[in-house]
Amino acid sequence: MDPVIAISGLSKTYEDGYEALKSVDLTIGKGEIFALLGPNGAGKTTLISILCGLVKPTGGSATVGGYDIVHDYRKTRSMIGLVPQELTTDQFETVFATTSFSRGLFGRPAKPDYIDQVLTDLSLIDRRDNKIMTLSGGMKRRVMIAKALAHEPTVLFLDEPSAGVDVELRKGMWDVVRRLRDSGVTIILTTHYIEEAEEMADRIGVISKGELMLAEEKHALMAKLGRKTLTIQLQEPLEALPDQLGKDGLELAEDGTALVYEYDTRSERTGIGALIADLNRADIRVKDLDTKQSSLEEIFVRLVREGQ
Amino acid sequence: MNLYAVKSIYLFEMHRAWRTILQSVVSPVISTSLYFIVFGAAIGSRINTIDGVSYGAYIVPGLIMLTLLQQSIAAASFGIYFPKFIGTIYEVLSAPVSFLEIVLGYVGAAATKSIILGTIILITATFFVHVRIDHPFWMVLFFALTAISFSLFGFIIGIWADTFEKLQLIPLLIVTPLVFLGGSFYSIRMLPPFWQTVTLFNPVLYLISGFRWSFYEVSDVGVAVSLAMILVFLAICLGLVWWIFKTGYRLKS
Ligand SMILES: Nc1ncnc2c1ncn2[C@@H]1O[C@H](COP(=O)(O)OP(=O)(O)OP(=O)(O)O)[C@@H](O)[C@H]1O
Ligand SMILES: [Mg+2]
Repeated sequence: MDPVIAISGLSKTYEDGYEALKSVDLTIGKGEIFALLGPNGAGKTTLISILCGLVKPTGGSATVGGYDIVHDYRKTRSMIGLVPQELTTDQFETVFATTSFSRGLFGRPAKPDYIDQVLTDLSLIDRRDNKIMTLSGGMKRRVMIAKALAHEPTVLFLDEPSAGVDVELRKGMWDVVRRLRDSGVTIILTTHYIEEAEEMADRIGVISKGELMLAEEKHALMAKLGRKTLTIQLQEPLEALPDQLGKDGLELAEDGTALVYEYDTRSERTGIGALIADLNRADIRVKDLDTKQSSLEEIFVRLVREGQ
Repeated sequence: MNLYAVKSIYLFEMHRAWRTILQSVVSPVISTSLYFIVFGAAIGSRINTIDGVSYGAYIVPGLIMLTLLQQSIAAASFGIYFPKFIGTIYEVLSAPVSFLEIVLGYVGAAATKSIILGTIILITATFFVHVRIDHPFWMVLFFALTAISFSLFGFIIGIWADTFEKLQLIPLLIVTPLVFLGGSFYSIRMLPPFWQTVTLFNPVLYLISGFRWSFYEVSDVGVAVSLAMILVFLAICLGLVWWIFKTGYRLKS
């Protein structure tokens, strides 16, 4: 994995003394989709803003494409496209004009065909010559994505790209993001929709109170941290949990027709074998078994809670 | 040098002005015409000449300076304040551009706009009075240097201001009085000695005096002093802008 972004000891203390980032270390590989998760105020936007040059770091350093973000800012910033969290657009400009402006600003000669292609990919081509103020919120967000892509960046930051975008268009946007990744663009996105991270990301980072709690490959993360729930459907309902079955993590479902056992896939002994044996010994007859992997959301909620 | 960026910002700003072309041109032309009617025709008819120049013609350089200063500051301060206000400034700040390129784009556009307006005022003036330009080269130099320095000054105000009130404050409370008291409509020699000395501390006096000299070869202070003052003001503004971008003052946290 070629690192495209290498962050080391990056910290930010705002002027009012608030420590928004606490010595973050992170490496992001080329062509990767990296999802940054974390509750409100965790420091996601701060991290992205530092890499893009909008916020000055107060400690540590970072490189993009091997260049330092402060000293070689021209090189790093021309590689980066940013879609900020907030919707900010020039209401009086047309979609095409504002997108072309972005391209020029980032030092690229005009290329109307390419701009049209980007607008087509984002289903904005019908609105090409409309003023931005005549667009809907979701369209405006896509205009901001078009602006970020106008200079053909190799690293794309999407700060909550799907806020305010409907389900249909969100799927369309994911397709665009995947296509970009396939063409070699590295994508860093923040989101509060866990299913979005679960669906899109190759790797996931969780940040809480300015600290990067983890950054891992998605599947590994889920396997490693994933708890599974085993649901055992019973042939005859039970009134109460028999004493023989006194086991951590085991509960009787409300109507007494099932036993629910939560276990950790990380541990050496899941306790399933013993549970089955116990069931046999107590002569409880089983109708059906079902296991469920916990979702990223559950992992995430737990992590944040543990971090507090 | 990211020339594409300079060009993008410059054209964007010019395009913005073009959208509001009517307000941009009509209001200064009307107010200047009013000045000519009030000062030139009504009051001027009672004043014979100043240094051998008819009063109506004497105030032309002052009126152009008034427009130039007001419009440069207004255009540049608004040009940078507005993206800051609505948030679109993020894009410029995250772009691979240096402070010099940002300034060239924004200040260049503001200066261009005020130069165009100043020229329109000059042309308007010729409908009312006979205007003579003895030193066209110096006239253009003063004209351009003033537009550039005060656009820079406006740019600084636009960055400093965090409310619309503050944006109006300096032009209204400082610049306009300085222009009026700086000899736009009179020669400082018409003032009592004490006020003459006070006026020498007004930087705008030097601008107007030098500019007027390039028209009629009459001035309140030496033309070299005038030029030096403009250059000093320009250098101070450049230094301030450089500092703003170095520290990220009011732009980056
Ligand atoms: N300019 C600033 N001055 C002072 N504090 C700030 C500033 N910007 C952000 N903060 C603080 O830094 C912390 C991190 O903010 P940040 O915007 O990075 O969070 P986030 O993870 O993006 O949150 P969200 O999910 O709500 O977008 C917050 O507590 C915020 O109040
Ligand atoms: Mg945020």
